Amino acid sequence: MVKHIVNVLIENKPYISDPEGDTILKDLVIKGGYTNVKSIRVAKMLKLEVEANDPKEAEEIVKRLCDDLRLYNPVLSVCKVSVVQG
Amino acid sequence: MHIKVGIVVFPGSNCDRDVYHVFKNILKVDTELIWHKRDDLRGFDAIILPGGFAYADRLRAGVIAAHSPVMQEVKRLAKDGLPILGICNGFQVLVESELLPGAFMRNDTLRFICRWVSLRVNVDSKRSPFTRLLSNDQILNIPIANQEGKYYVDDDTLNLMHKNRQIVLTYTNNPNGSLQSIACICNEQGNVMGIMPHPERASDPMLNPLNYGNDGLLIFKSLLAYLGCDHHA
Repeated sequence: MVKHIVNVLIENKPYISDPEGDTILKDLVIKGGYTNVKSIRVAKMLKLEVEANDPKEAEEIVKRLCDDLRLYNPVLSVCKVSVVQG
Repeated sequence: MHIKVGIVVFPGSNCDRDVYHVFKNILKVDTELIWHKRDDLRGFDAIILPGGFAYADRLRAGVIAAHSPVMQEVKRLAKDGLPILGICNGFQVLVESELLPGAFMRNDTLRFICRWVSLRVNVDSKRSPFTRLLSNDQILNIPIANQEGKYYVDDDTLNLMHKNRQIVLTYTNNPNGSLQSIACICNEQGNVMGIMPHPERASDPMLNPLNYGNDGLLIFKSLLAYLGCDHHA
């Protein structure tokens, strides 16, 4: 068993409004002169240390727990799991 | 008829005693606080999930409490038709337990909002055990206190909810960006209801100095009427 680092990104679906992202874009980034930036979406990221035999197993464990324990609310959000190290 | 109401207490619940006060001291009903680790709720005629910040709203409001032992039992009782009412954070727990459809998001203002609001009743009195003393189009004044109070649900489910008359109350002046101003919904059977405003804060004249009325009491008295305890009401 090896320790793997697995990232879970919980993002709201694209059509869900994001007032926090809008405020960061309009009142910080664009006002700060970075007019190339056209959109900002705020998301939540969880970093998990997982013991597993290989990266694939680590990813499967985390994917299963995200659904089982509703780490994200499927009505609102999508969840992306990626092994970053291990 | 003797009835007994149970109020679930999660770590971080903070409106449990307010609801207890209303049932015990105002409505004179046998009432018990139930710690969330309990998994046997035999003998209760109704269960209330109170407001607060269960598990400090960590990860997402209501999601951790939804996995408490007591919620397995609440799910079973809900299926049996027992009246279950979730208030504010309790509503969020019901949504995260999938006893009610939808999800909650941070308010459009990104701020905690605590004030009296007016609500329109969109169902008739028979719809739910908690609506027996309400009538369609009636206006109620009850305070809200929430930061993740913006209700959202997908279009298909929303259409079904309209068809099944599950949208019980709507804000007359949407304070937080809730979809279609939704403030309170019930399940298809009607026995499980979630309400974002706090009826227990509109039930005792002493806590209501501006004379907004005690409309919250109508929700609790509805339950007693449903359970056959009209003499309390």
